[in-house]
Order: sequence, then C-alpha cells, then structure tokens
Amino acid sequence: MKINMPRWFYQLASPKWSYDIMGMLLPWFAIAAGLLLTGGIVWGLAFAPTDANQGNSYRIIYIHVPAAILAQSCFMLMALAGGIGMVWKMKVAHIVAKSAAPIGASMTVIALATGAIWGKPTWGAWWVWDARLTSMLILLFLYLGIMALYSAFENKASGDQAAAILTLVGLVNIPIIKYSVEWWNTLHQPASFTLTKKPAMPPEMWMPLLVMVLGYYCFFGFLLMARTRLELLERENKSSWVIAVINEKI
Amino acid sequence: MNFFTAIVRRDLVLALRNRNEVVNPLAFFMIVIALFPLAVSPETAVLSKIAPGIIWVAALLATLLSLDGLFKSDFDDGSLEQILVSPQSLALLAIGKVLSHWLMSGFLLALLSPLLAIMLFLPSQAVGALVGSLLLGTPTLSLIGAIGAALTVGLRKGGVLISLLVLPLYIPVLIFGAGAVQAGVMGMPIAGYLALLGAMMVFSLMFAPFAIAAALKLSIRN
Amino acid sequence: MFTVKNLSCERDDRVLFSQLHFTVQAGEILQIEGQNGSGKTSLLRILCGLSSSFEGNISWRGQDTQAHHAAYCQQLLYVGHHAGVKAALTAEENLRWMQTLQPLLNKGSLTDALRQVGLMGYEDVPCYTLSAGQQRRVSLARLYLSSHPLWILDEPFTALDKKGVVEKEQLIVRHVRNGGGCILTTHHDFDLPDVTIRRLNLDQLSAA
Repeated sequence: MKINMPRWFYQLASPKWSYDIMGMLLPWFAIAAGLLLTGGIVWGLAFAPTDANQGNSYRIIYIHVPAAILAQSCFMLMALAGGIGMVWKMKVAHIVAKSAAPIGASMTVIALATGAIWGKPTWGAWWVWDARLTSMLILLFLYLGIMALYSAFENKASGDQAAAILTLVGLVNIPIIKYSVEWWNTLHQPASFTLTKKPAMPPEMWMPLLVMVLGYYCFFGFLLMARTRLELLERENKSSWVIAVINEKI
Repeated sequence: MNFFTAIVRRDLVLALRNRNEVVNPLAFFMIVIALFPLAVSPETAVLSKIAPGIIWVAALLATLLSLDGLFKSDFDDGSLEQILVSPQSLALLAIGKVLSHWLMSGFLLALLSPLLAIMLFLPSQAVGALVGSLLLGTPTLSLIGAIGAALTVGLRKGGVLISLLVLPLYIPVLIFGAGAVQAGVMGMPIAGYLALLGAMMVFSLMFAPFAIAAALKLSIRN
Repeated sequence: MFTVKNLSCERDDRVLFSQLHFTVQAGEILQIEGQNGSGKTSLLRILCGLSSSFEGNISWRGQDTQAHHAAYCQQLLYVGHHAGVKAALTAEENLRWMQTLQPLLNKGSLTDALRQVGLMGYEDVPCYTLSAGQQRRVSLARLYLSSHPLWILDEPFTALDKKGVVEKEQLIVRHVRNGGGCILTTHHDFDLPDVTIRRLNLDQLSAA
C-alpha cells in the first residue's frame, strides 16, 4: 500500500529540511505567542467584565481553558504524527510526536491545577470528581504512560514505534473514556454544578479567551519546534549537516 | 483455522502444565478482596455497598497480573520469532493467545466471583449481574492488556510499565462493569450495561489484534 | 534465487556493515564468517525479516522479502540462537507445533526425525528434562522434516558432538544438491566436496 503525497510531504521527511524550515518559522511563532499572550492576559485579567455569579474568580479561564484545549489537541497531533511515522516510516514525524508528549502532559497538569484552584471558590473544594476534571486526569495518565514507554526503550526507533501504537490505541479510547466518565458522573452527581454549564459568555469575555487560545497555540508551536529541532540534532548527531550546524554555532 | 485451534490448544496445555500461573492470579484476586473487610470495615451494610467496586477492581488487577507473562515465555525461548518467520498471521496468533488467556483468567474469575459476592454480602439479586458483567467485560481487559504486554515484552523491566500503559484504558470497562453490578443491587435493569460491555468487547476484538500484532513485530525486531 | 543489494546495518550508533552485495543460487552454501560482535547474527536476522534496522534490498526469487513477507516465510526455514522449544511440551509436541507453523515441514515422519537427532526414547518427556544440547537437537530435527528451498542457520553446529556435526553437514549437502540454498554462520571450518561454498567475511568488510 503506497499512497502518493505532495512533494513537500516527502521533504518533511528529510531531517535537515525540517530543521531549517522550523528554524525559519520559530521566531515568528515566538513573536506571535508573546504578543497574543501578553495582550490576551492583560485584556482578560484587567479589562474583561466581572462575572455576575463568580465575581473575579472566573478569570482563571483565561489560563485554564486554553490549556485544556491544547492538552487535547496535542494528543491528536501526536496520534497523527505517530500514524504518519508508522505508515511512511518517517523519522521526523516520530520525533515531532515525541517532542510533543511532555508539552501535552504539562498542559494537562496546568489545566488540572487551574481547575482545582478554580474549584475552591466555586465548589468549595480543591477537587471534585467532575466529568471534565476526571477525563483530564485520565488523559494525564495516558500521557505519562506514553512518555514512560518512550524512555523504556534503548533503541529509539523502537521506542518511537511503540509509543505511536500506544498513542493510536489511546486516541481510539479517548472518546470511549470521555463518554463513560460523563455517564458515570451524571449517575453519581446529578446535581453538581459543572464548570461549563454557565450562561453564554458575552463577547467582552470570550474575545480575550479566543486571543489566549491562539496565543497558547503559537506558544505550543514554538515549544514544539524548538524541542523537535533539539531532538533532531541529537538523533542525527553523526550526519554531516548536524556537524556543519554545530561548527557554525561555535 | 487449523493454526488458530493449534494455538489455543497449545496454550491451554501449557497452562495446565504450569498450573501455578493459572492459580496465582486467582489467589491474588481472593486475597485482595479479603483485605477490604480488614481495612475498611466488616459491617454488612458497608461491605455490601462497596462490593461491586471492590470485586471489579480486584478482577482488573488480577487480569493485569496474569497478563505480564502472556508473551514472555514465547519471547524468551524464541517461539515468537519462529512465528514471525512463518507464513502464519500474527493477528490470528494474538486472538488465539488472548482467548486461551481469558479462559484461564477472566472466565475463571467470573466463575469464582459468586463466592466472593457472598463474602462481601453482595445482595443475591446482583450475583447474576456480577457474573454476567465479568464474563462480558474481562475479554476486553485481556485484549487491551495484551497490547500492553506485547509492547513491553522485550523490555527488561516491563512489570510496572504495563500497568501504567493499560490501566487508564481499562476505565470504561470498570465503570460499566461495576455500574452493572450496582444496578443489579438496586434492582434496576442491567441489559443496557451488558450491551455496552459486549459492544466494547466486539470493538476491541476488531482492533486490538492488529495493535497486538504490530507491537509484537516491533518487540521482536527491536 | 536470493539477492542482497546495498545492505547496510547500523546498531546503537555503530556501523556493523555497509554496502553488502551477495547472491545465493540454488545449490550453493553461503558461509558468513566474522568474529563475535561482527554482526553475523544481526545479518541473519535481517535476512529473515526479524530485524528492521537496515537499509537496502533483499529479494527472494525476484520479490522483495519485506513486501512479500508471508510468501517468503513459507519458503524459509530459520534456526536461530534460541531453540524455539517450549520447555513444558514434549519433543514430539514441539515438533508438531512447528509443523503447524511451517507447512513445509512435511518430509518423512516425526519419529524418524527424532531418531536421526538421537532423541529416540525422549519423545514423551517434557523438554525441560532435556539438556541444552538435546533441546537444540529438537530444534534441528526440523532440518530432517524440511522441504523448504532456503535454510538460514545460525551456528547450527554448536552443542553437537562430532558425529552430530558430520550428520548435519551431510544433511546440508543433500539439501543443496537437491536444489536448495543455505546461508549459515559457524566458527567451525567446514569443507564439503562437490558443493559450492561462498564465504562472506564481515571482519574484512569493516576493515576495508
């Protein structure tokens, strides 16, 4: 089974080409992330209106929601990259997936921590077995498993493939886990107030949120490319282009 | 099909000759359950309330314990590489091995569970739900767990890692399995739960063998 | 019938061999030589499809062995480091299992094969009661049953006594005279009359 893809797709498979392209994109992502995050945070924390029910404590959504969104997108990206790596035997795709894992795990931790902090004034407890928080916790376990699997293999190429298989299995399972946790949650806590069941947000509130989400994505792109480039250098440390890059830096 | 029956027969013969490997997870299952009255409370009211969850969690851990060795001996003695250099299908091998594993673990756990239900004062109207949910749920546990076992078979320290990989994926089965028993306790219909457990079994039967085969290939070629 | 082009293998950042070219024709033996750690076993594993850490082309009767893995494996008998013998099964049960795996293990009878490797009287005991050498002979008994055109044997003569070695040599000669091919590694010097033996030395390759 061989599927023909456009030329740039195969160019991506070349470590040097990917390294160079990412090097070119990197500063733009950094600038965009810096502007969007600063703008979004100032707008969200200082200028967005106060919530009628929750007062100022709701403002944590400007940190919490983008992290939660990214934690999930990152898993999908890893599954996609891992799948591409398996089908087309593309090393760079595996390296992208590997570099994304710790970022995704960190985003999940941020989402969980800010969720807990938000829960204290809202629910009066640091932790509530709310469906979303529980799914997030399970997502964190999945991330930890994938990262552990990467590091368990001495042969990096095998570790890449093993983690790709696990990520794909995890991706298939995520909707099932999500559904079952939501169902379980409604069975056990029918009256609980969820973080999401709020009246629709006015634009003054969600506009800064949108800016923050975009900023998080740019920041994610920046981190991912920086990590991928580093991993590329490490994996390819014998090839002539890496030696040339290193010599240039020294 | 000849190959498939040969695997199941071979693994069952091997299991009967190494009876300890079959009995140990069952003993573990019973011991874990016996710990709860000691740690929590021996009162009937408390135990009967938490019994569905305890039995399901213990079944999950016992399955996990027995999974660690699923491919280990075949990997160590070179049987797996002989299978890879044969024209036979690895996915079929995976189904055969999981089936015989299940017959020697999940199936026996389900048969043993009414006894534990009595020890934990589970109301008798829920025993049917318990056995039914275990019969339908544990095959999924074996199938998903086999993916983890196949991924870690070549590693020196696979034991704890496999739990980390597999337990999060077990959560849906746990929720619906324990949910079925809870519903049975409250005298509510359980058909919906069993249907969902069955659906998960069919779904994992469709996909897991390919993941197991890919993982085995990778572990051998590592 | 067996062609290898441009084969390179790198393991743990070390180049084991590169740019390997060779062919094995029907009626030929290829002996792979080299010191321990020179990559003999890695090479054999690559040829069997048991390792994917290589670059290059391997084809069997004009077909790529990776793309047509199942068809290739049908024709291949591999005897590796691990005997592939299950300790809890008897010698006969082990051979029966191997026959299910490999449809071409169809020549002669099991009892005959076991007698040939000197395991007469041990058919019914579990293999864990056998010595390492005897377990290896259970695995080698497959050679007597095999009608595979290609044999790949990793150190087939270890753990065999002198008589056993001579018998296995004769067996290999008979196999190639009947139009089979054989790739093997051995420390053992062996010279067989009337058979083409090609030699591939991995040490000289890496030195060059």
